[in-house]
Amino acid sequence: MSIRTRYDKELAGVFDNLVLMCRHIEVAIEKSVKALVDRNFELAYEVCDDHKQIDKMEREIEQSCLRILLMEHPVASDFHEVSAALKMITDLERIGDQAWDIAEIVPQFGDEGYIKKLEHIPQMAVIVIQMVKDGVHAYINRDLKLARSLDKTDDKVDGLFNTVMADLTALIKKNPDNAEQAIMLMMITKYLERIGDHAVNIGDWVEYAITGNRPKGKE
Amino acid sequence: MDKQFNITVRDCDLYYSDFQALKNVSIDIEEHEVTALIGPSGCGKSTFIKMLNRMNDLVEDCRITGEILIGGQDIYAKGMDVTLLRKNAGMVFQKPNPFPMSIYDNIAFAPRTFGIKKKSELDSIVERSLKQAGLWNEAKDRLRKNAMGLSGGQQQRLCIARALAAEPKILLMDEPTSALDPISTGKIEDLINDLKNKYTIVIVTHNMQQATRISDKTAFFLLGEIIEYGRTVDIFSKPKDKRTENYITGRFG
Repeated sequence: MSIRTRYDKELAGVFDNLVLMCRHIEVAIEKSVKALVDRNFELAYEVCDDHKQIDKMEREIEQSCLRILLMEHPVASDFHEVSAALKMITDLERIGDQAWDIAEIVPQFGDEGYIKKLEHIPQMAVIVIQMVKDGVHAYINRDLKLARSLDKTDDKVDGLFNTVMADLTALIKKNPDNAEQAIMLMMITKYLERIGDHAVNIGDWVEYAITGNRPKGKE
Repeated sequence: MDKQFNITVRDCDLYYSDFQALKNVSIDIEEHEVTALIGPSGCGKSTFIKMLNRMNDLVEDCRITGEILIGGQDIYAKGMDVTLLRKNAGMVFQKPNPFPMSIYDNIAFAPRTFGIKKKSELDSIVERSLKQAGLWNEAKDRLRKNAMGLSGGQQQRLCIARALAAEPKILLMDEPTSALDPISTGKIEDLINDLKNKYTIVIVTHNMQQATRISDKTAFFLLGEIIEYGRTVDIFSKPKDKRTENYITGRFG
């Protein structure tokens, strides 16, 4: 096997594992928000169990990237590609942590009815899941346009975050007894908003992998 | 710092009989910098550095057009003192090539050629050159022993010391570490780093990591042309030409 073929094969292994890690993370976000909406605590506990698997995947990809850096001494676009993967997995792992954080809060609601209808939070979840998916796909397919679009999509997430915050603040003002649930819902909303930010970071690393430069204004 | 020994090559073509080994080569090599020449075998790197001290004069049917200036002086101009040129532009080759004589006589060879006879003066040149080449401590007690008894790495440092004894301004190195183990290679690389404050160094290397470790600028040669020349950090992080990228990432060559 030629040196180049070996390198391409090792990098393809990193790509496969990134797609797999991404899929686990999508499922974790999906499950944690579904657990919240459906009050399905069992589903929430599943996310907590899956979390270890995501951490394990991060370490495996990290080891593969470090092995490539050590053994293949990549330069130019190869170097950008491998170092971007190393940075992206940190964001992916954080996203996994945030899905876990959401799942940990869910059982704390108990049997009490929600103080507000949960409409914006599932909407945020759908958007951030797509953002994470787009970030990883943009990396695999070297799709600069898709990577750069994440910043704009994140504005929608931020808009929903602000709406939820305003609603919850009004509910607390209306009745201070709402505060306990409102704080938990605020935390969940914040975690989803942070997931959007991490997806934007992933897009930035994809831009670096493709162009060798960080996006303008983020150098 | 003076600019007496920067190298300017303009529109150079070099032919070995009918074969064109260098095509329209132009480059400015700065003084007190290490410039690495990279490229696949047969691309003209060695031919290029040999052109800089007119080693190609010794090759039959070698023809050069264009302009090569060192410190502004055309080295192919009529009346050029080639011996002086080679004194100023010393060369170290791929395979260590000590003369079959003592370590001392190897180093003293060039100064003697240039008329230095006084023993104290020669002693001082030998010591200084060996110290500069990082070989003094290993060689000081065996200066009268035959140089062929030194290890490969020591022999190569001896050859560097021998080149330095002529007090050159430019050091031309043609794959100086390709025959050496990693320890000896490391010593030569450290040496190059120390020497660049005093000398202009041009080094041919097939080792990409070596080019990134030791050089300030890198020129990529392909089929007798310079495809890309720039700061080493730029060449190895963001090459402008796809052919450079393909070569340094191992896609061809």
